[in-house]
Amino acid sequence: MVLGGGTGGTLAANRLRRLLDDRAAEIVVVDGDDAHLYQPGLLFVPFGLARPASLTRPRGEQLRPGVSLRRAAVDRVDLEADQVWLSDGTSLAYDVLVVATGARLIPEETDGLAGPGWMEKVFTFYSLEGAEALRAALSRFTGGRLVVGVVDMPIKCPVAPLEFCFLADAYFRRRKMRDRVELTFVTPLDGAFTKAVCNRELSGLLEAKGVNLVTEFNTGEVDGQGGLLTSFDGREVPFDLGVMIPLHGGQAYVDRSPGLGDALGFVPTDERTLQSKAEPNVFVIGDAADIPASKAGSVAHFEGGILARNVVRYLAGEPLEPAFDGHTNCFIESGSGKALLIDFNYDTEPVTGRFPGRIGLPLLRQSRLNHLGKLAFAWLYWHVLLPGREIPAVRSEMPTAGKRLPSAHDSSGRLEADSPEERHANAHRDVRRHRSSRQR
Amino acid sequence: MPTATYAGTEVAVNDEGFFTDPGQWTEEMAPQIARQQGIPELTSRHWQVIKFMRQEYEAKGTGPTVRVLGKTSGVTVKELYQLFPGGPAKVAAHIAGIPKPRGCI
Repeated sequence: MVLGGGTGGTLAANRLRRLLDDRAAEIVVVDGDDAHLYQPGLLFVPFGLARPASLTRPRGEQLRPGVSLRRAAVDRVDLEADQVWLSDGTSLAYDVLVVATGARLIPEETDGLAGPGWMEKVFTFYSLEGAEALRAALSRFTGGRLVVGVVDMPIKCPVAPLEFCFLADAYFRRRKMRDRVELTFVTPLDGAFTKAVCNRELSGLLEAKGVNLVTEFNTGEVDGQGGLLTSFDGREVPFDLGVMIPLHGGQAYVDRSPGLGDALGFVPTDERTLQSKAEPNVFVIGDAADIPASKAGSVAHFEGGILARNVVRYLAGEPLEPAFDGHTNCFIESGSGKALLIDFNYDTEPVTGRFPGRIGLPLLRQSRLNHLGKLAFAWLYWHVLLPGREIPAVRSEMPTAGKRLPSAHDSSGRLEADSPEERHANAHRDVRRHRSSRQR
Repeated sequence: MPTATYAGTEVAVNDEGFFTDPGQWTEEMAPQIARQQGIPELTSRHWQVIKFMRQEYEAKGTGPTVRVLGKTSGVTVKELYQLFPGGPAKVAAHIAGIPKPRGCI
């Protein structure tokens, strides 16, 4: 039984169906609705670069014959009884459960964010409704302070807020009003991105595009009507139009399922085998897991084959393969028809070079080729990723050929280990260096 | 390996002053570490957080982040920032004698 018919659940079910014939296993996907959303497309909606209607397709049509879709919301999982209780009061028994219900946006967990001004002056592009509302707001915007803010990690697609800044810069240039817009990116991290080499590159891009950077800002309160972000340590950032990435957590049913999730509703999972730590017959794919990898579609794709094979091994009573290396691959749209590409895993941070080998797409460098790659990805998503097939020349293990890797003891790797709290502490020392930090 | 002396006992710490062996920590050391971190006196609210950090570390092998602390320690994030200025999870981890909490990616 697969909970969730999004990226991870769909590709896991399809891969399992190919590995297990109809007599060996019955495969059912449970989801509350029938609209599969292509989430990478949300970024483009506010700028009129993607039509909302083109981003969703029926969930059932993405599933192979022999996989059934049960349209029902999950109330809770009873791990001891191997049963899933649905909100209509019925229950379904399982032999193996795959949790693929992703992450949930929780704007109401931040004081004021979901209050007055929400979806009027403060928006998010992390939902289809939010992205559409933001498109209307941007088209009405005549100038002023546009603030893009991340409340706290973890979030889905950690590069998307930066891409939004780059695309906003291009959008206002196109409308010949860039000089009337002050763009500011607000993050709880100590830089534009979590990884050192990548951080340098992306910080440089923000600067080149005239985007202010406010770091180590832990948003405690949002005054939507008044247009003000206040951090827990009392710093303030005013705005005329706010674009916030709300706190993320797991789905609410995880909280209602004793023993399944952690304090944030994510499911503790072995980062190599993808087996849950709750029960041996529960596996986890995609954003729902607590593993230290980015919450991104590429991660679910690279996990897919490993997860499916480990479920088959579990059913056969064989030892699981600790094969997932944390491989993540993201195109970063940088505006005006160009994009960057990053490729990394648990142990290797994003570096320069080429992907997937010495001849390939340039890594960590703006190029037209990467932008075309990003556009091609939408086709690959529906026709290769979801059916659970491999992308030619791209394996689930991160490739090293073509990468300019730092020496093993490069101190730049340290950034990765810094906690948000430490970065926060550093903020007090470094605050003068950040011209755009507004202290009152 | 650097060391520090708290309550008359020498303990092993890393370059940033976090305990490398949380087993060497005793409650008597906490007030002195707190003063180093700019907290003149530990109240019962501080202790609630410090003891919670120890429990979480023993159960999970890493200290909680501020957001998790706010959800599970019985002290709100706002109060955590008042109690431990400059980064609650990091400062409280120092005082509780546990390694620096792992960040998110």
